[in-house]
Amino acid sequence: MNPLRPIGAAFLRFLEATGRLSEFTAVAVSHCVRPPFYFRLLLRQMIEIGYYSLPVVGLTTLFTGMVLALQSYTGFSRFSAQGALPYVVVLSMTRELAPVLAGLMVAGRIGAAMAAEIGTMRVTEQIDALATLSTNPHKYLIAPRLIAGLTMLPLLVLVGDVIGVFGGYVISIYKLGFNPGIYLKSTWQHLEFMDVFSGVVKAAVFGFIVALMGCYNGYHSRGGAQGVGAATTNAVVSASIMILISNYIITELFFAK
Amino acid sequence: MSAPSNPVPKIRIRNLCKRFGSNVVLDGVDLDIATGESVVVIGGSGSGKSVLLKCILGLLEPDDGIIEVDGLSAIGLGAGEREAVNRKFGMLFQSAALFDSLKVWENVAFGLIQGGRMDRIQAREIAFAKLADVGLKAEVGELWPAELSGGMKKRVGLARAIATTPEIVFFDEPTTGLDPIMSDVINDLIAKCVRELGATALSITHDMASARKISDRIAMLYKGRIVWNGPTAEIDRSGNDYVDQFIHGRAEGPIRMEVRAP
Repeated sequence: MNPLRPIGAAFLRFLEATGRLSEFTAVAVSHCVRPPFYFRLLLRQMIEIGYYSLPVVGLTTLFTGMVLALQSYTGFSRFSAQGALPYVVVLSMTRELAPVLAGLMVAGRIGAAMAAEIGTMRVTEQIDALATLSTNPHKYLIAPRLIAGLTMLPLLVLVGDVIGVFGGYVISIYKLGFNPGIYLKSTWQHLEFMDVFSGVVKAAVFGFIVALMGCYNGYHSRGGAQGVGAATTNAVVSASIMILISNYIITELFFAK
Repeated sequence: MSAPSNPVPKIRIRNLCKRFGSNVVLDGVDLDIATGESVVVIGGSGSGKSVLLKCILGLLEPDDGIIEVDGLSAIGLGAGEREAVNRKFGMLFQSAALFDSLKVWENVAFGLIQGGRMDRIQAREIAFAKLADVGLKAEVGELWPAELSGGMKKRVGLARAIATTPEIVFFDEPTTGLDPIMSDVINDLIAKCVRELGATALSITHDMASARKISDRIAMLYKGRIVWNGPTAEIDRSGNDYVDQFIHGRAEGPIRMEVRAP
């Protein structure tokens, strides 16, 4: 057998999958901006993604901020640069850690749930039923989730920024002996609009990716329980990888010299 | 069920072909269904009955052939045109396919609210009236689909299928998985609802008791082709070996089950 054959076949499969995802994205986005709009479903998805993800995002960013303060203090004390701690905490949280960690946590929580729900609807013919009831599945199922993902993750990240900085503040004040007033002043002085803005842009992209991969994998699931399980796994894995790749690209776009 | 009078068939199918990879499922299906007529397509498992329905509904795109609804092509339509054609249809799925996240009455009213843009309060009243039509109490309307038995799900599915007063109703294996008594109840309900709507009906089943009860005409699908098509009253003297074997449930005959010996 020609050894190039499996490589070529894998490449063609990749192109086919990319094409299908691109087409799905284009159709779904077009339904996001064309009426009718399902405001009730959009509100439900916003609550599901935004409100119910608050505890997991809050806990993640809180402990990340605390660990960041401890580790940074240990490292900076070797160079007598402990004074840079507030700046490092707020910069790391707003630019990188809050958006990336919130994106990954929401991918695990919401991306999996979307894939499982839509996948189950697919294998139990509920999506076919939507079409027979003159309701476009892309508009009814996909568009509200994409809009909710795009808008809610930035809000979650803003909350995560505050909680993460608070975690660093608590450790710095009560364990490392920083002066509260000086710590807060230093944090505020060094924080720039672009630090927060870049994190919010990342969060919007990550939220879109999580919702898109959850919907796409669920929508194309086949078979029974096994197919839905595979769709759920694929949704989380693909969203996580795409978050990490797009994080680098956005960082490059914002901050590359 | 009224006799057909319009010369243009409600649904016209010619040379319909559909394959999945190398597996040919529909291999040149020809079928006419007149306005107000109730046709049942019978055939064994895997004979292509469900694929035929899905092609008419636009859920699958045929590889070749013609499907016309009211004389207009129903193949290759855009999303808006497809939604307009589908407004003529009601469909009872084999598994009922009720939406888990909606209450029973919301399921029944779904087509009215989302497809028909009707006010929720008015749609709710119609939904409860349709539930009563299929013999379900008002309390059932407030339950979730997961709280219903198989027979109740079929009834709710039937209520949803007829709620928008469709011109054409499809029934996909309406009695599968039900006990004989509940099957007969569902058959009676289907016959009653189709008669009261004055709708055209296309059903697929391998339950002969159901086929005899709800149809004016029966067509048999075998290996992707219609091998017999005639009035229900004549099926016992069809003179077709495939039909005879199927309706009597015999293992011996021209239909060979593709079963490997252990």
